[in-house]
Amino acid sequence: MADVITTPAHSTHTEHHDVDYLSDGNGIKDWLITVDHKRIGIMYLAFVCLAFLAGGLLAMAVRLELLTPGRTIMDAETYNRVFTLHGAIMVFLFIIPSIPAALGNFVLPLMLGAKDVAFPKLNLASFYIYVVGASMMLAAIIMGGVDTGWTFYTPYSTTTVGAVTLTTMGVFVLGFSSIFTGMNFIATIHKLRAPGMGWFEMPLFIWGMYSTSVIQVLATPVLAITLVLLALERAFGIGIFDPRLGGDPVLFQHFFWFYSHPAVYIMILPGMAIISEIIPTFSHRTIFGYRGIAFSSVAIAMVSFIVWGHHMFTSGQSQLANAVFSFLTFLVGIPSGIKVFNWVATMYKGRITLKAPMLYAISFLLLFTIGGLTGLFLGSLSIDIHLHDTYFVVAHFHYVMMGGTVIAFLGGLHYWWPKMFGRMYNEKAAAIACALIFVGFNMTFFTQFVLGSRGMPRRYYNYLDQFQPLHQFSTVGSWVLGLGFFIMLGYLFASFRGPKNAPADPWGGSTLEWQTSSPPITHNFHDVPVLQHAPYDYRNIPQGTAN
Amino acid sequence: MNEILRATLPLAGSEHAKDIDTFYFFVFYLSLFFFVIIAWFTVYFPLKYRLKPGETRKSAHITDHFFLEMLWTVVPSLLSFVLFIWGFNTYVAAFTVPNDAMDIHVKGRKWNWEFEYPDGMKGGGKLYVPLNKPIRLIMDSEDVLHAFYIPAMRVKQDVVPGRFVYLTFTPNVAGEFQIFCAEYCGKDHSGMLATLVVMDDSQYQKFLAEGPPEYKQMNPIEIGQNIYKSRGCQSCHSLDGSRGEGPSFKGIWGKTEQFNDGTSGVVDENYVKQSVLEPQAKVVKGFEPIMPTFQGSLRPIEIDGLIAYIKSMK
Repeated sequence: MADVITTPAHSTHTEHHDVDYLSDGNGIKDWLITVDHKRIGIMYLAFVCLAFLAGGLLAMAVRLELLTPGRTIMDAETYNRVFTLHGAIMVFLFIIPSIPAALGNFVLPLMLGAKDVAFPKLNLASFYIYVVGASMMLAAIIMGGVDTGWTFYTPYSTTTVGAVTLTTMGVFVLGFSSIFTGMNFIATIHKLRAPGMGWFEMPLFIWGMYSTSVIQVLATPVLAITLVLLALERAFGIGIFDPRLGGDPVLFQHFFWFYSHPAVYIMILPGMAIISEIIPTFSHRTIFGYRGIAFSSVAIAMVSFIVWGHHMFTSGQSQLANAVFSFLTFLVGIPSGIKVFNWVATMYKGRITLKAPMLYAISFLLLFTIGGLTGLFLGSLSIDIHLHDTYFVVAHFHYVMMGGTVIAFLGGLHYWWPKMFGRMYNEKAAAIACALIFVGFNMTFFTQFVLGSRGMPRRYYNYLDQFQPLHQFSTVGSWVLGLGFFIMLGYLFASFRGPKNAPADPWGGSTLEWQTSSPPITHNFHDVPVLQHAPYDYRNIPQGTAN
Repeated sequence: MNEILRATLPLAGSEHAKDIDTFYFFVFYLSLFFFVIIAWFTVYFPLKYRLKPGETRKSAHITDHFFLEMLWTVVPSLLSFVLFIWGFNTYVAAFTVPNDAMDIHVKGRKWNWEFEYPDGMKGGGKLYVPLNKPIRLIMDSEDVLHAFYIPAMRVKQDVVPGRFVYLTFTPNVAGEFQIFCAEYCGKDHSGMLATLVVMDDSQYQKFLAEGPPEYKQMNPIEIGQNIYKSRGCQSCHSLDGSRGEGPSFKGIWGKTEQFNDGTSGVVDENYVKQSVLEPQAKVVKGFEPIMPTFQGSLRPIEIDGLIAYIKSMK
């Protein structure tokens, strides 16, 4: 491709270097002790998809239970365990590792023109720590489950029965996998960029990953400490959060959200990073406002550390603290808005092809905008007091986390699927699945804004009769949503039956991962690629390889 | 449009609730405005600039535009500031306790709310307040976190064990309004409900003197049973003859009991009344003198109800 100079030595390489990473040893051992970032990425991908399936089935069970007031399919105690598990699995086992550890692991070194991440063994360790943490959570489910909600609020969590300690220790262990990935990416981005790739020649995906990694490294230890304190209180009665032992339950919330609010950006920044790749590629146009998007990622990462108190407007913290956190919360909305406007402007005078990844990117723009704008209601103090802990909040964070991150994850999955597996999927089936997911998602969650503004509190097993029509509509929506995912499962698996026929660059992408074969060879590139142009510069590649 | 929007909120039961709703409508229209702009271009651009068959993929090379980028940085920033100020002002107004507020104590526990009125009377299930009178709720929790949420007043406050928290509102509409627990508290979280009853002043004075209006529809035994359940008698006095911290009510009526001070007496109307008001006076032999007094916190009609209830436990 025109924006890369490869050295003339290209043709002198021997055959065995040309084996793609999937064919390079297929024994079980070749996978289990691999240090290839691509294989580790694929293993992560398999696990996070399994976690998503589990969390998704639990969500379907929650929605089914809420079809009628009172008992539909399970009792209250089971319901409380099911929604706790849905949240904990989705947050800790799926969404946090989904884009960075699975897709990021695969794509990040390729985009930088590197052979691998900076610390390949640390990368494998991160994966196994994830497996250990996930197993601990699985063991906790078998040992009676947890009914605290994924937030583990004290003193409920220190007094309830169930495997709370084991679950929190599982999350503690998972944190290390997150920290390792973050450290690895930071070092890789600093040290392993291709020659000629300055900071502002990096793809925007890398900027997003960099911001995410910084948060992972800085915030995750706080969660770890908090959960250790919680476990100490539960196991040994050391009074830190329980007022009967001289502790303060609101302190737990401060500690918890000091991690968990930045964690929200650990979840959404990678989603934004993917969108910044998909939109220029499928508009076949340079990105609008590169620096605006890059700096807004960094700004979001920084401001994300000082807005945690907006989760606590009704907690009993001081009114002054509420005012300060409300103000700071509005600040964090600005860079997200800048990104959305820049993405939309990138489509202006483009040459747009509506392939599956682009359909997801467009869905993202619409859904994330709703998620962001409803954040204005919740950032406004007096309105939040009414909406706090209602379904409005549930709808808001699902629009951001699912309408944002999950939709972007699916976009990225479709975008890099040919690169990862060397195979194309059925484009028509993908469009149908995307449409079903979009419609089903809105049916499920838009109704919940109305439920919340009318006063329906969250985490309710039973509800007043007046809320039933909306709950039923939402549940039917979850079936449409489930059908979309079911179709996706079908055509993605079906793609494995075909030959590896994907071209190196099926979409006309401008970043380095498209310069190597699909799937890439084990060492990524035959020779170190040298960057000649900034990314997304389509002036020199007027004809993409796509039709 | 406004009517549809109003239907997405519960009826506003106070002046502050109306002010917050006005602000809510403003945020709604502002969001709608931005959503329409973004959604329009998000859908219009892909249709307008879709690659047509036979067309080359040569696109415009536009890397940035200073004015536009400033526009969508500065305008949202200014609007955010407006939202912050408006939200802050309405919040402070709704949470500032008026000087003439009437105090009602609220105790949250798994899974019910208990209310204690200024005259010492207590009740559960329904919170009775007079119309147009500022109310201050002084709340605490006996066990875990709860949250006291009255959608009609647009107020909510987490109820935290080990400290007192406050909530204020001035109802200006008479009627019954839903109260929820909004902070997850376990198995029966969704059953931790209550009703706010806003009454005009004459009805409220009548409530203070005679008790809740529903007593009129109840016979004394039902009133007694209500007290037995809502005021904690059940935690010490069983109905099935089993021994608790206090004597079981089963078969106690008419029995001659030995007391700790060596005297004895028959369990009758006067004994029950005395035990409720001065529980330490005559403690049945073998029990600790641990019962608290209900002097001033039970109305005569409620004590009569208890007597009738114990009488029915033969």
